[in-house]
Amino acid sequence: MIYQNSKVILEVRGLCASVNGIEILKDLDFTAKSGEVHAIMGPNGSGKSTFAKVLAGHSAYEITSGSILFEGKNLFDLAPEERALAGVFLAFQYPIEIPGVANSQFLRLTYNTVQAQRGKEELDPLEFDDFVREKMKLLEISPDFLDRNVNEGFSGGEKKRNEILQMALLDPHLAILDETDSGLDIDALRIISQGVNKLANKDHAIVLVTHYQRLLNYIVPDFVHVMDAGCIIKTGSKDLALELETRGYDWVSAEYQANSKTRSAGMGV
Amino acid sequence: MSAVLQNLVNQPYKHGFVTDIESDVAAKGLSEDTIRMISSKKNEPEWLLAFRLKSYQRWLKMEEPTWSNVHYPKIDLQAISYYAAPKQKPKLKSMDEVDPELLRTFEKLGVPLHERMALAGVAVDVIFDSVSVATTYKDKLAKIGIIFCSMSEAVNEHPELVQKYLGTVVPTGDNFFAALNSAVFTDGSFCFIPKGVKCPMDLSTYFRINTEETGQFERTLIVAEEGASVSYLEGCTAPEFSSNQLHAAVVELVALDNADIKYSTVQNWYAGDENGVGGVYNFVTKRGMAKGVNSRISWTQVETGSAITWKYPSVILRGDNSVGEFYSVAVTNHHQQADTGTKMIHIGKNTRSTIVSKGISAGNSNNSYRGLVRINPKAAEARNYSQCDSMLIGDQSSASTFPYIQVRNNSAKVEHEASTSKIGEDQLFYFAQRGIDAEAAVSMIINGFCKDVFQQLPMEFAVEATQLLGLKLEGSVG
Repeated sequence: MIYQNSKVILEVRGLCASVNGIEILKDLDFTAKSGEVHAIMGPNGSGKSTFAKVLAGHSAYEITSGSILFEGKNLFDLAPEERALAGVFLAFQYPIEIPGVANSQFLRLTYNTVQAQRGKEELDPLEFDDFVREKMKLLEISPDFLDRNVNEGFSGGEKKRNEILQMALLDPHLAILDETDSGLDIDALRIISQGVNKLANKDHAIVLVTHYQRLLNYIVPDFVHVMDAGCIIKTGSKDLALELETRGYDWVSAEYQANSKTRSAGMGV
Repeated sequence: MSAVLQNLVNQPYKHGFVTDIESDVAAKGLSEDTIRMISSKKNEPEWLLAFRLKSYQRWLKMEEPTWSNVHYPKIDLQAISYYAAPKQKPKLKSMDEVDPELLRTFEKLGVPLHERMALAGVAVDVIFDSVSVATTYKDKLAKIGIIFCSMSEAVNEHPELVQKYLGTVVPTGDNFFAALNSAVFTDGSFCFIPKGVKCPMDLSTYFRINTEETGQFERTLIVAEEGASVSYLEGCTAPEFSSNQLHAAVVELVALDNADIKYSTVQNWYAGDENGVGGVYNFVTKRGMAKGVNSRISWTQVETGSAITWKYPSVILRGDNSVGEFYSVAVTNHHQQADTGTKMIHIGKNTRSTIVSKGISAGNSNNSYRGLVRINPKAAEARNYSQCDSMLIGDQSSASTFPYIQVRNNSAKVEHEASTSKIGEDQLFYFAQRGIDAEAAVSMIINGFCKDVFQQLPMEFAVEATQLLGLKLEGSVG
C-alpha cells in the first residue's frame, strides 16, 4: 500500500556487483518506502536473486560501486548478521537444511537474538512454544514442524512455509522474498500469500522476487519492476505484471534499448 | 575456507602450561633393567614383575601396527623415559601433605583435590606423570566396600584382586602397545565394586602428563561384581611441548552377572600446534568384558585432543543377554589424526550392542571411524545397531568410515547406518541472515550433531564436554 508521509526503507543507487569477476548487477537503482509492496520480475539470469543476496550480505558477491542505504544506514558497514538484526529479512529461494538442529531451538534462538537487539523481552522455551504455535496457526503449519530438524527432509512447500514462519517471528522492516512462490502448489501459494499479507503493514516494506504473475493475484504489489541484464529497465503498476504474463519480456527489453539509444543519441547532440 | 571458519577452529589450548616441580625422572630407554627399576620403585610383588617381564618378552617379538589410517614418523621407544614422578614424601597421610604446587596445578585444571572443594558427588584419583598423587573420598567409599585407589596401592593392599583380574580382558600379548604397557605401566586407577553395591557417586581419574619426553603408561582396572554398578569418568590434559609424548594406556573392565559399568572419557591431551608440531600420541587399548549374564558395559568418549588417537574401546559380550554400548564424539582440527571406533564381540546368546559414533573434522585433520561387529556362531539372536556420522568443517579436512561386520549366526540382526555432512558457508549464511553469528551457529550445529552422545554423559561431564568443544571449535571463552 502506498501511504502519504511514508519513510524511505531502502535506497539503492548505482549498484554494481560481480561474482568471480563477472558483473551481474549494473548500475541498479531501487527505492522502497514503508508500507509498499514491490515485485521484481524478469527473465532467468537477469540478476534478481543476486540483488536479493547482495542486500542480505552474501559473501560470494563483490560490490564494485554504488550505495545501499537501509533506514538511512549504510548497509555495506553491516555484516550479514547485523543486517538481519537491523531488520533485513531474506526468505531464501532454496532454504538451507541444518541436520541435527531442532527447528524449535533454531526458531527460538533467532527470535531471542532479534528481540535482545531490539531491547525487547526474550522468551524461555515454554513461553516461546505458545508464541510460535500461534504464529504457526496463522500460516496453517503443522505442529510437527517444531520437532523436526531445520528444513531437513522438508518438502519444497514446507521449506517455504518455514521461511515465512521465520519472517512472522522476526517482524522485519524489510522482507525480501526470493522466489518464495516457485515450486508451490495452489493451496500452498494461497496460504503463504495470506501469511505475507497479514504481516504487511504500514511500517514495513516487502520486496517480492518472482517469475510468475500468479503470486501477484494473491499479494497485490504497489510497483512492478522488470529487471534485465542487472538493472531495472521498467517500472509500472500491478497491471504491468499482467501485460508481462501475456507478452513476455522481450518487448520491454526492446523498448529499453530503443530508449537508451535515443538517450545516448540525445547526449551526443 | 572462509576467515570466519578459520578463526573459529583456531582456538588456543588452555591446559598447555608446565608445572615447575622437582621430578624423579628415570633415564631414557627401555630394557629389562628399566622394568626391574619400575617394579622395585613401586615395591611390587614377585608375580607382578614376572607379569611385566613376560609382557616385555612378548613385546620384543611384536611389530608396531601399521594398519590404521594415521601417519607419523617411527617412534623411538629408546628415546623416552618410562618413569617420572614428582618428588615428595613417600607416604601421604592426608591431602594437606600434597605438594602445594601440585594442588595449584590441578586447581588450575579445574580438578580440586581437597574434598571440601571437590566436585560434589565425584571421587577423583589424580595421576601426575607416572604416579597417582591423590584420591578423594577413598575412606567414605571404603565403608560400603568399594575399593577406589591407585593401581600401585591396589597391588600392595589388594594383591589377590589385582592378580585375579589383571590381564584377563586385555592379554599381555594383545597388541604392540598393550604389550608395552603391560611391561612398563606405572600407575592408574583401580576400582572394585563388591557384590550388590551400587556406587553412590561417580568415580573419576584425572590424568596429567607434565614431563617432556616421558611416556605415560597407565593401567586401569575396574571390576563390578554380581549386581554392582558404577559410573566412571576419565579426564586428561598435557602441557604444550614441541616434542611428542606417548600415552599408551590399558583399561580393563570386568562386569559379572547383572553388573553395570559406565565408563566416560573426556580426552583433551595436547594436540600439537596449528602446524602439527608436538602433541600426544594416544595409543590406547580399552576393553570391557561383559562376563556375566545380563551385564552391561557402556563406553562414552569425547575425544578432542592428541596429535594422534588410536583407540577402540571394545566390549566382549560373553554373558547371555549382556549389553555393550559405545557412544563417541571425536573432534580433530589442524593436523590431528584420529583412528577410533570400537569392537563388539558377541559370544553369549541374545546379546545386544549399540554403536553411535560422531566424527567432526576441521582444518587439515583426518578423522576415521573403524569398528568391528562380530557375531560368533553361538550368539543366537544377537543384535547390533551402528550409526556412524561424520561432519566436515571447511574443505581441507577428511573423514573415513571403516566398518567391519562378521556374522556367523543366522539369527543375528545387524544394522549399520552412516552419513556425512558438512558445515558449509551456506549454513553459516543462513544463520547469519537470521541474526545468529558464526560462533553461535557452529555451536548449535555441533551440539545438535553430538546430542545423541552428550546425553549419555554424566551431568558434570556433559557440561565439560560442551565447553571443551566450545574451546575447540567456537572460540568462546571457557
